[in-house]
Amino acid sequence: MQRAQIEALYRQMLVIRRAEEKLQTLFADGQVPGFLHLSIGQEAIAAGVSSCLQDTDTVSSNHRGHGHALAKGVSLEGFFAEILGKETGVCKGRGGSMHVADLSVGMLGANGIVGAGLPITTGSALALKMQGQGGVAVVYFGDGALAEGVVHECFNMAALWKLPVLFVCENNGWSEFSPSDRQMAGSLKKIAAAFGVKYAAADGNKVVDVAETAAKLVRAMRKSTAPAVLECETTRIRGHFEGDRQDYRDPDEIAGLDARDPLRQAQSILSEAGVAAAWFDQVATEADAEIDAAVAAAIAAPEPAPEDLLADVYTPLEGQAHG
Amino acid sequence: MAEVRFIHAVNRALHDAMEADPTVFVIGEDVGVAGGSFKATRGLYEAYGEARVYDAPISEAAIAGVAVGAALTGMRPVAEIMFMDFMTLTMDMLVNQAAKARAMFGGQGSVPLTLRAPHGGGLSAGPQHSQCLEAWFAHVPGLKMVCPSNPADAYSLLRAAIADPDPVIVVENKALYAMKGDLPDDPEEIVIGKAHIARPGADATVVTYGAMVGEALKAAETAAADGIDVEVIDLRSLQPWDEATVLESLARTHNLVVVHEAVEAFGMGAEIAARMADVGFDELDGPIVRVGAPFAPSPFAKSLEAVYRPKAADILAALKKSLA
Repeated sequence: MQRAQIEALYRQMLVIRRAEEKLQTLFADGQVPGFLHLSIGQEAIAAGVSSCLQDTDTVSSNHRGHGHALAKGVSLEGFFAEILGKETGVCKGRGGSMHVADLSVGMLGANGIVGAGLPITTGSALALKMQGQGGVAVVYFGDGALAEGVVHECFNMAALWKLPVLFVCENNGWSEFSPSDRQMAGSLKKIAAAFGVKYAAADGNKVVDVAETAAKLVRAMRKSTAPAVLECETTRIRGHFEGDRQDYRDPDEIAGLDARDPLRQAQSILSEAGVAAAWFDQVATEADAEIDAAVAAAIAAPEPAPEDLLADVYTPLEGQAHG
Repeated sequence: MAEVRFIHAVNRALHDAMEADPTVFVIGEDVGVAGGSFKATRGLYEAYGEARVYDAPISEAAIAGVAVGAALTGMRPVAEIMFMDFMTLTMDMLVNQAAKARAMFGGQGSVPLTLRAPHGGGLSAGPQHSQCLEAWFAHVPGLKMVCPSNPADAYSLLRAAIADPDPVIVVENKALYAMKGDLPDDPEEIVIGKAHIARPGADATVVTYGAMVGEALKAAETAAADGIDVEVIDLRSLQPWDEATVLESLARTHNLVVVHEAVEAFGMGAEIAARMADVGFDELDGPIVRVGAPFAPSPFAKSLEAVYRPKAADILAALKKSLA
């Protein structure tokens, strides 16, 4: 991979990391309503997969979906305002962290229901196939979702109908508060094989590996539609949600995750390739400036007006009322 | 004008909608080559092929979910769930996804999906193939629901559902599938949310929908012989339901009976009765009486199903109670 491409991937990961660290602070300050699930440690997957997608491709995500939204092109302004519950949010503050969506960039939504992104994405892939423009649909889900029945329904349907859907499993080893080996008796690789779905694995903390593996799968899918699974082993550094003390985890396990930090790994590759320390500082400064501006705008923005409570439940239509 | 069976009106609506709009496609179990369990989709596969008619595996959750995803990506899916009982398997996709996408995404888009499902008993289909679960869905903001009572309405309500930008559940009573009725060459356009006065009357109002419209009309004929002039309102649309038409009727008749085949407790009738007891309180000359199935699963045995399903005699008894 060209150095410029790795730089772009690094920059994307850093924006996600800094944005989530900012959210972490804002949450601790009581400025983020509701629940917050951070993807710190998992940024390489969103950045890597999105690097081979176009605006007309679609993605759907899960409760840990900030990175997926930003990497697909949701603006920082719309993103922060949404999570702070403001009218200027990408969903006008109606969704929040677990429902960030921007249909204009093909982001069909994070999701509060584990596994629910799979059927939505399978349907989106069906639509894209019918539309015949070579579009692909991507769904990000955790290893915990493999225990949901609808996931298996979708593998079957996508295989039967040869749909252009990339199932991206972010395997961080944890299903909320339980280790995966107490949740899932099977393996994703074998499940994919059972349905005849192409399977590939990438190190989910090595962004180049993710990007190259995803690019290969997506390229093949655009040529001849068929589903594929991409399993990315990764690391959830924070708790299931902010405020989770992670008492159920061995502190040594968490401490050991630093060595696998996707940003640190990408930084060493770039440094070895001759990227100067000043470049990293500059990228961080730029990211922080953008994030700070977006956060300031979000804080200053108004909350949705109470009289708009019923707006958008239905599409306004002449002659139709709702009760 | 031709006399057609209810199921043929549904079929014609699907053909016409697919012809009119290339984004309309059909998905469901056995809807393609087999033409549907009740033959609602007969001929679609032959006319439009596998690119627009999808014989889905027996995966109701995924069928509903695929419809949501396709609808969010610019298509107008028409999903068939073989029996309304099986909609229990679609709940997440309808309740958490389809119903909420528009509001939750701040009005960015909509989910123009149609989901057809037959409900109703009378066929000894038993506890898992007879249920009327419409109250479950009427309770969910973001969903719409219609329930036709005759072939012409079956056509027009299905076309309206497919044309609607939001998710619409079309509930068809399977006991009506063989019912014959006139279907004009140029069928009437029906607005979702508007009720139809199936029989005007002056002494009492019966509000109902679907197969119970026929029972209510029978009850009204019998009552007429006793000198009671009953108005029958066919709701056509259950969510939204036409509160204004019901209230206007109540203001003329001052007595109200609400009828459905679904279990009476916590049903559509409870909502309609409660609303009318509130906004129509001053108009009431007697108690609002509900008619629905007893609080038991739909029975299989003929002898039990015969007493389980509401019929004209139950509606007459309710009218007498309201008018007493």
